[in-house]
Amino acid sequence: MTQVIATTPGLFPLPDWAKDELADLKGHQKTDLISGDESGEVVAAYDEAREEVIAVQQDAGLDRVVEGQLRWDDMLAHPLAVHDSVETKGIVRYYDNNNFYREPVVQGDLSADGGDVAADLGAAADHVDGGLQAVLPGPYSLADLATDEHYGDDAEFLDAIADFLVEEVKSFPDVETLFLLEPSLVENTPADGEDERAAEAIDAIASAADAEVVAHTYWGAIEEKAYAHLMDADVDAIGFDLVANHDQTVYNVQEYGTKDDVALGVVNGQNTLVESPETIRDRIDWFEQQTNTAYDTVYATANTETFYLPVNKFEDKLEALANAADLEAAEA
Amino acid sequence: MTGPRDQFKPADHPNDHFLLTTVVGSYPKPKWHDRARELFEDEDADFGEDEWEESKDDASRLITHEHERAGLDVICDGEMRRNEMVEYFAHRIDGYEFNGRVKVWGHNYFDKPSVADEVEYGEQWLVEEFEFTDEVAERPVKVPITGPYTLANWSFNEVYDSEEQLAYELADLVNEEIEALVEAGARYIQIDEPALATTPDDHAIVGECLERIVDEIPDDVRLGLHVCYGDYSRIYPEILDYPVHEYDLELANGDYDQLDVFKEHEFTKDFAMGVLDAHTAEVESVAEIKENIKKGLEVVPPERLTVSPDCGVKLLPREVARGKMENMVQAAREIEEELDAGEIDIVASGTQAHADD
Repeated sequence: MTQVIATTPGLFPLPDWAKDELADLKGHQKTDLISGDESGEVVAAYDEAREEVIAVQQDAGLDRVVEGQLRWDDMLAHPLAVHDSVETKGIVRYYDNNNFYREPVVQGDLSADGGDVAADLGAAADHVDGGLQAVLPGPYSLADLATDEHYGDDAEFLDAIADFLVEEVKSFPDVETLFLLEPSLVENTPADGEDERAAEAIDAIASAADAEVVAHTYWGAIEEKAYAHLMDADVDAIGFDLVANHDQTVYNVQEYGTKDDVALGVVNGQNTLVESPETIRDRIDWFEQQTNTAYDTVYATANTETFYLPVNKFEDKLEALANAADLEAAEA
Repeated sequence: MTGPRDQFKPADHPNDHFLLTTVVGSYPKPKWHDRARELFEDEDADFGEDEWEESKDDASRLITHEHERAGLDVICDGEMRRNEMVEYFAHRIDGYEFNGRVKVWGHNYFDKPSVADEVEYGEQWLVEEFEFTDEVAERPVKVPITGPYTLANWSFNEVYDSEEQLAYELADLVNEEIEALVEAGARYIQIDEPALATTPDDHAIVGECLERIVDEIPDDVRLGLHVCYGDYSRIYPEILDYPVHEYDLELANGDYDQLDVFKEHEFTKDFAMGVLDAHTAEVESVAEIKENIKKGLEVVPPERLTVSPDCGVKLLPREVARGKMENMVQAAREIEEELDAGEIDIVASGTQAHADD
């Protein structure tokens, strides 16, 4: 019997009061964004906002609770944007979205600094009794979003990013699940050799984590060969974006199989239309039928980060996900 | 077609050559007008609909005249009645709803609307704005209007099967609005499609939108398309096939590093070139702007060159915006004199396209 676990990939919208308060405290320009050494007032505002979004998830009834990544001004590039060996440059487009982040330029050794993500998780752990979920950019995506001026070699750079993320994972508090977000595997298909290295880098992080690890892809289906390599990584589940492209995804799974668990992006993180719990459940059932598999665990999740949404619709979608998981239980 | 341009040349124009000077649209709002909006939105303030209407009229009149005093040939009211380029229209189109702000970057947010029902023409969009501006203006008035592709791309689409379908539905509404504007006397319409720059692969969708927009619009109405902040090599020369007379493009911001794109293939329409950076708070000198205008003459001959800022200038301090307009007009007039005197070698020969395409 499949267990449906309702969760999200994190990177939540800030509560509206926090949008105003933090804009006032920090400012609107690129030099005002998060640096890792915020003032006490800024830290307090984020602490309050974090507690709020944790409560929202708990009230909605999600099975996994994330820290919210509210400090991630630069979205998935955040862990580098606050790193001592990285300089943040101009504002650049975030994938194909009408969103922008500061280009992180790596200018020194990445092993010299870390712990930013672990600290926020630690703060979240104080308010979560069970089901805490960590979120990190996958190594391939983080390398893809950054510019290297230090290592001088793509393979070496990816290794250094992976090592940096491994150290970050090792300093985590106890977490149930780790989502590694890898949209670049879809958006910027790795070249020959690079696909294998990307899978090895993901494997290295997964091996360091004392948690269930999900390598989650989105904005389409992963290219066939890159998927075949990703299957070699020792993760517990691979995540698919069923909103953007379900047919190619089903083909990949039929052709190469998948792990015993699977994460399914069944709620659109970039559209305000709220899916009903029944629709969510139908999408999960459809995937199981198409791939002719009863999975041990299905992580039912939004396909993308959710900061694209206004707060009211974001909250409605969390509830729909939680109710979809309950719906399944009621019918069991 | 290069369009009906001569109607915008002032009767007392001092030179034989005529470089049409104009603006893209938005202009800094007077501080008292911002304050009036705050009061209008404050339920506790004794400031109602009548007072707010009066503030918009006063601001519109003031900025229209400020543009005229700067010497611009074609003016607008600096969009004093509008708040934001998508929100303003979404509030007037049935089918749209607002749910709250979403992040663009850092702590910059946008009240991104949702299409929650089929879109239909609701209340008028710009006719009243045009009629008022045209009434108080001595010079011809240009009407900037956000294009359907950008209206679709910068909204959540809950209803239509694709963004493309939504864009076409919105294009029909834009067509309806432009017909009403033309009926009210508008002769220069600029369609703003900044989203095209960010999704250049969709240039064919924008083309189909424009075909719908120009349907049954009379030939003497000049139509422009404004695009900014993108990689033009990915949309040019394809965009030359669009049914418009003029392309208004941002180029000063990138210090004309993309100018060559427009020289590799003959520019067969009118070229409205940005000669002022809309995002630097320093007023460019007349000499610097003249050099920029000459770059435009490398692309098209003077009778097809329009001189304008890169983009709307609403984020600049007002005195800086005013200074830029004044210097831009002076630079254009000096270039015209030098052209009259035969002191400038025109690089672009530019065979004039025929009016029947």
